[in-house]
Amino acid sequence: MNFRKYLVLAGVTVFAVAGDSMLSHGMKQVGSISIHHLWSVLFAVLNPWVALGILFLLGFFATYTNALSWADLTYVMPATALGYVLLALVARFVLHEHISTLRWIGILLIAAGVGFVAGGPALTEHPLKECGKLTEETHATAVASGVES
Amino acid sequence: MKQLYTWAAICVIVFASVVGDVLLSHAMKQVGDVGELRRRVGFAKVIGRTLRNSNFLLAVASMAAAFFSLLFALSWGDVSLVAPAAASLTFLANAVAAKVFLHERVDRRRWIAAGLVAAGVALLAG
Repeated sequence: MNFRKYLVLAGVTVFAVAGDSMLSHGMKQVGSISIHHLWSVLFAVLNPWVALGILFLLGFFATYTNALSWADLTYVMPATALGYVLLALVARFVLHEHISTLRWIGILLIAAGVGFVAGGPALTEHPLKECGKLTEETHATAVASGVES
Repeated sequence: MKQLYTWAAICVIVFASVVGDVLLSHAMKQVGDVGELRRRVGFAKVIGRTLRNSNFLLAVASMAAAFFSLLFALSWGDVSLVAPAAASLTFLANAVAAKVFLHERVDRRRWIAAGLVAAGVALLAG
């Protein structure tokens, strides 16, 4: 893990929060979609908030894809959850909304969960690779001890 | 009736997200570390290599399905129910799917984390 990788994970979090908030705001303006006119959901993208939300979610997708190229799914997942914490903190300190005790507990649980995962290794070393290493090592030991000669 | 639609949509979201996440994670492990590849072969080649991966394309299709189900669910149900319910269920299902299909070492540390995060997300909705 280096600085660039932490930056990518931060991008995953921030883009997800911004995209989701804009999308939800936009869909509230669009209103309820009738079960008989499901295709009318396509018109929802004409709403500027929905469009902007989709743009941010594309940014999320790019950073998420990048992160998954070097880390386990179960390692990257909690990074997206950190977004909920971020959202609550913005609501409390920027929008001055009241946050109930239950929500603070929820925030603490998520933060604890993220801390748990972040402390471990980012990528599972697969047995196949380990096997390869092992045979090489065994081979090296065998050569060193003169078994092969 | 609307509540039934909402929960049906949540189930579809969770299923489609998990399929998408697992396929995407698998695809990107096949492609390799994007940052390192970019330095070695250039940005365009990395994009090309990713877009030619069939698992990647299937993952995008699944995620698109999850996205549209989310739009439906958001128009039928409250965002404070839909978003956390879908997210926390996806976390738990992803942990199981990552272990079964991706053979990730989901050790006790990661199980606890998935549980804590799912509970936390559910509480935020309260």
